[in-house]
Amino acid sequence: MDLATLLQILDSATRLMAPLLLACLAGLWSERAGVFDIGLEGKMLIAAFAAAAVAAVTGSVWAGLAAGIGASLALACVHALAAITFRGNQLISGVAINFLASGLTVLLGQSWFGLGGRTPSLEGAARFAPVTLPGAEALRGVPVIGPLYAEVLSGHTPLVYLALALVPATGWVLYRTRFGLRLRAVGENPASVDTAGVSVVRLRWAAVLIAGVLCGVAGAYLATGLSAGFVKEMTAGRGYIALAALIFANWRPWRALGATFLFGLMEAVANRFPSLELGPITVPSMVMTALPYILTVIILAGFIGRATPPRAGGEPYVKER
Amino acid sequence: MGLTAATGDAARPATAAPPAIELRGISKAFGPVQANRDIALAVRRGTIHGIVGENGAGKSTLMSILYGFYRPDAGQILIDGREVAIRDSQAAIRAGIGMVFQHFKLVPNFTVLENVILGAEDGALLAPSLGRARRELRQLAADYQLEVDPDAVVEDLSVGHQQRVEILKALYRRADILILDEPTGVLTPPEADHLFRILRGLRDQGATVILITHKLREIMQITDAVSVMRRGEMVATVPTADTTPEALAELMVGRKVLLRVDKAPAAPGAPVMELAGLRMVDADGVERLRGIDLTVRAGEILGIAGVSGNGQSQLLQILGGYPEPGAQVTGRATLKGAALPLAGADARQRRRVGIGNIPEDRQAEGLVMDFAAWENMVFGHHRDPEYQAGAMMDNDAIRQRTARLMQRFDVRPPLSDLAARNFSGGNQQKIVCAREIEEGPALLLVGQPTRGVDIGAIEFIHRRLVEMRDAGAAILLVSVELDEILALSDRIAVMFDGRIMGERLPGATTAGELGLMMAGVGEGRAR
Amino acid sequence: MTRLPRWADLVLTPLISLVLAFGLSALVILAIGESPWLALKTMVTGALGSSYGWGYTLYYATNFVFTGLAVAVAYHAGLFNIGGEGQAAMGGLGVALVCLALPWPHWALALPAAMLGGAAFGALWALIPAWLQAKRGSHIVITTIMFNFIAAAALNYLLANVLRPTGSMDPATARFPEGTALPRLTDMAAALGLDWGKATPANVSFLVALAACGLVWLLIWRTRLGYEIRAFGKSERAARYAGISPARITVVAMLISGGLAGLMAINNVMGEAGRLVLNSVEGAGFIGIAVALMGRNHPLGILLAALLFGFLYQGGGELALFTQIPRELIVVIQALVILFTGALDNMVRMLIAPLFARRGGA
Repeated sequence: MDLATLLQILDSATRLMAPLLLACLAGLWSERAGVFDIGLEGKMLIAAFAAAAVAAVTGSVWAGLAAGIGASLALACVHALAAITFRGNQLISGVAINFLASGLTVLLGQSWFGLGGRTPSLEGAARFAPVTLPGAEALRGVPVIGPLYAEVLSGHTPLVYLALALVPATGWVLYRTRFGLRLRAVGENPASVDTAGVSVVRLRWAAVLIAGVLCGVAGAYLATGLSAGFVKEMTAGRGYIALAALIFANWRPWRALGATFLFGLMEAVANRFPSLELGPITVPSMVMTALPYILTVIILAGFIGRATPPRAGGEPYVKER
Repeated sequence: MGLTAATGDAARPATAAPPAIELRGISKAFGPVQANRDIALAVRRGTIHGIVGENGAGKSTLMSILYGFYRPDAGQILIDGREVAIRDSQAAIRAGIGMVFQHFKLVPNFTVLENVILGAEDGALLAPSLGRARRELRQLAADYQLEVDPDAVVEDLSVGHQQRVEILKALYRRADILILDEPTGVLTPPEADHLFRILRGLRDQGATVILITHKLREIMQITDAVSVMRRGEMVATVPTADTTPEALAELMVGRKVLLRVDKAPAAPGAPVMELAGLRMVDADGVERLRGIDLTVRAGEILGIAGVSGNGQSQLLQILGGYPEPGAQVTGRATLKGAALPLAGADARQRRRVGIGNIPEDRQAEGLVMDFAAWENMVFGHHRDPEYQAGAMMDNDAIRQRTARLMQRFDVRPPLSDLAARNFSGGNQQKIVCAREIEEGPALLLVGQPTRGVDIGAIEFIHRRLVEMRDAGAAILLVSVELDEILALSDRIAVMFDGRIMGERLPGATTAGELGLMMAGVGEGRAR
Repeated sequence: MTRLPRWADLVLTPLISLVLAFGLSALVILAIGESPWLALKTMVTGALGSSYGWGYTLYYATNFVFTGLAVAVAYHAGLFNIGGEGQAAMGGLGVALVCLALPWPHWALALPAAMLGGAAFGALWALIPAWLQAKRGSHIVITTIMFNFIAAAALNYLLANVLRPTGSMDPATARFPEGTALPRLTDMAAALGLDWGKATPANVSFLVALAACGLVWLLIWRTRLGYEIRAFGKSERAARYAGISPARITVVAMLISGGLAGLMAINNVMGEAGRLVLNSVEGAGFIGIAVALMGRNHPLGILLAALLFGFLYQGGGELALFTQIPRELIVVIQALVILFTGALDNMVRMLIAPLFARRGGA
């Protein structure tokens, strides 16, 4: 493999990482507050659809982004209502949201555009354009760092940089602010927050809504940044991979960056080499496709490291007598 | 600090000041259950005020109302003579009320400092709050003997230290009324003494302390006044100096209480179970049992006294055949002379060889709360041949047996289709006792048999246990209630920190001596 | 929590949930400018108006009975098996391997063997998540989701590279031998002199599904194993006290659950397609979740819910043919049923609680 190919793969890994990272951080916010979210996939999907649809109609990618966030937030509200307000089963609610998005996107897409669930192709201002980072061209000549900066880091759409910036931002809010302290506490022992006179319900709603916004951005990026429009089921399991990455990252923001980059890299390699030849054995692309899931199972099994989820995760909070 | 201000108040003559807390006509119902009925209570500032009552008397509900966890259906709350509306815990905190719950409300993987500031931060950023809390904690530690490492992670602290964190949380919020709910249940006697020193220190600086407990000894030891609750009503408030434990007990249950069980002297026979060198290391590598040697004879009740958390639960679980997952068990045991495997145990095997088991926590272990009474009546014995009909279970036979046992043990209501959760605590316990006693075990393990059980059922269950003993069964009784141990046991072993500290005969020991042994002071210590 | 009489909880709650799901779906149909009434009429006519429609309805219902029972058995053990999709796909592989292994002379021999193959493969695919949960404490919901994807990738690979007959471009196995063709319900009706369900795939598997309902009922409410499964599902600590091994129940319940999901393949793979194709399960594993929730994890309820979803599935296909409404409407209804019966059940209970408050007195 030559250097150009390597740089290409890293570049594409960064691009593919972005939606995973956004969704993974969404899951992190929600689960750190004690609300399981297997509906990342559905929220991303409906956001991708809404973003593509609105961008196609208005010609503005920013309007699309707003619509994507709005649609994802709507589903986040359903989840919060079921999981927090009515203390329902968080896992089942997530499953329902995934199906709801899966059905609604095709139903609405077919009726609005008649393209079998696709939206019209986006071009120009209806898509996010790549941004060249300052000094990318100037640094290109510097060995190693230059090409990495110019080819891999530079030249992505703004949402990729937003995703990257959200990693330190998430870490800072969680560990350095009052809101973060309370949010983490509510995911570990909600009674501690409740007896301190702070509303468990409000904190959890906030976390789920933040997850909604992040999934909205992730979905909008899929449809208007990574691709040029919405196609049926375009999230293709990314919500679940993000969930896997979250476990891989042990619910920590910086590790989420590492995990999602790893999974992005696998996807990039699988795209570039449909079957990977490693000396005498040929690794079919399906192995690369399945690898994130297999790795997650291994992590969950505790053979490498140990996943310790927030203690109150999945449990609706009921005041005890 | 709020407490320094309070000290100034205390300088005034106490009689002139309105009560720190006054409750008028507080009522609260949960569905058909009237938890509190027309409660009136006045607590003077700068005193330690005890509230006693049986389980379910409404003490905790009343305090939860005071702390804003529940809204009363009727009544007024006055703090320092002014009526306040306590809508939520925030309002209670603003009114200067702090609460230390029986089950601590701490975040286990946060540091002490983080737990202390949680919900009482100074601003949106944590750093300034943490700095201030660190300084204040140092001051509080010096003032009230409340030393805790501010940077320690709470889950690494002992129970006694975790309780200090809870008190610090309240003081950091400038609470000058402190409510403690059953604070000594998890403490050793020396830890409890330290707590009492802290509480006296707080009182002497002008704070008001409300102590909820069912231990009359503590009430006599530390309180200035005491109120008694019974079945949701406040039946009396008296200065502690003017009352006796016997009088309080009578007020609690509404009639004269026999604190002793009538029983003939035991006639112990051959050893039924012998246990030698039992050790257990749990999944985290902590040694919970450190070499237990015990013998239980036919026709005797061996009582195990001790503060909860000193290995009694592990002992019962191992003997019952269900040690906690990941535990490593070593040691030797025999039952009726035959070897009883301790490691790799199986609860079914235990039942087959004749070990019955009334577990410590009937709701989590002894019963499946959603199962009907008849399904629960064979729980654990459901594979016994008499309940089988070919490949299926013989539900008719089980129902018939249930009807018989419900009558014999006076389970009310006698409805075998009713789910276990719909019975009262006492009747749930009677179902468990009926099942385990009627199987006629050679050895009966009994854990906290009367926890959360009303007085009538306590007497009934105690009588049954003595009858079993008289019929020649060996009984191993674990209870954290020293009074129960003293009343029932023919021999008493004291457990501390995974060891047997020593054995005593009930007639030849005192509660004081047992208390010292429970605190780890005694013969077994040096090894 | 609001307490309702048992019958209301069992019957009224799912019914109200269904009404809510249908009501919201009607709003969606209105929103896209179509008529809900017409949609309902098309679906009823298409699915129930002819023996042809009924044939398809029963065919789909057969799938959903198996996957619904699979979810329910795990649910009684307190386990949420989202892996029915992957287990059913693997069951398909098992059925295909059995059918292709021998030149089967008669379906009556092939069917039991295929049932064994399908159930065994489905059970094995559930075994690993079950074992990981029992021994390593890995959350079974996450692992079964992951195993759905791994199953999809594995079948993808096997069908494209290993099982595809040489010369074929289609990622599918060869056709099964003649002797594996299961009798269709239409043939059976014809034998009784009835003209019913011509050209529909409903086959003898439906009768197997009915038998499975009965057997699951016996298992859960009449056998020791069922007693232990339910006890463990309600309280793990109590189960341990009673000498019920959590690891054993977790593994056994998931084996039964995966086996039931795998059994579905005798219907879609053996009974209908006659070969194994890509994505043969078509979401039936997930519909099992809705079916089990709607049927309150009781075999009779599951049978009724499976018939309902069979009707929706067949009716949904008709919708796409005769109206502008795509068949994904069914996915929306399915989602809403799951939401109302499984996650917003407390809300639904609160809605109907006032009806009982006056008489109950509590």
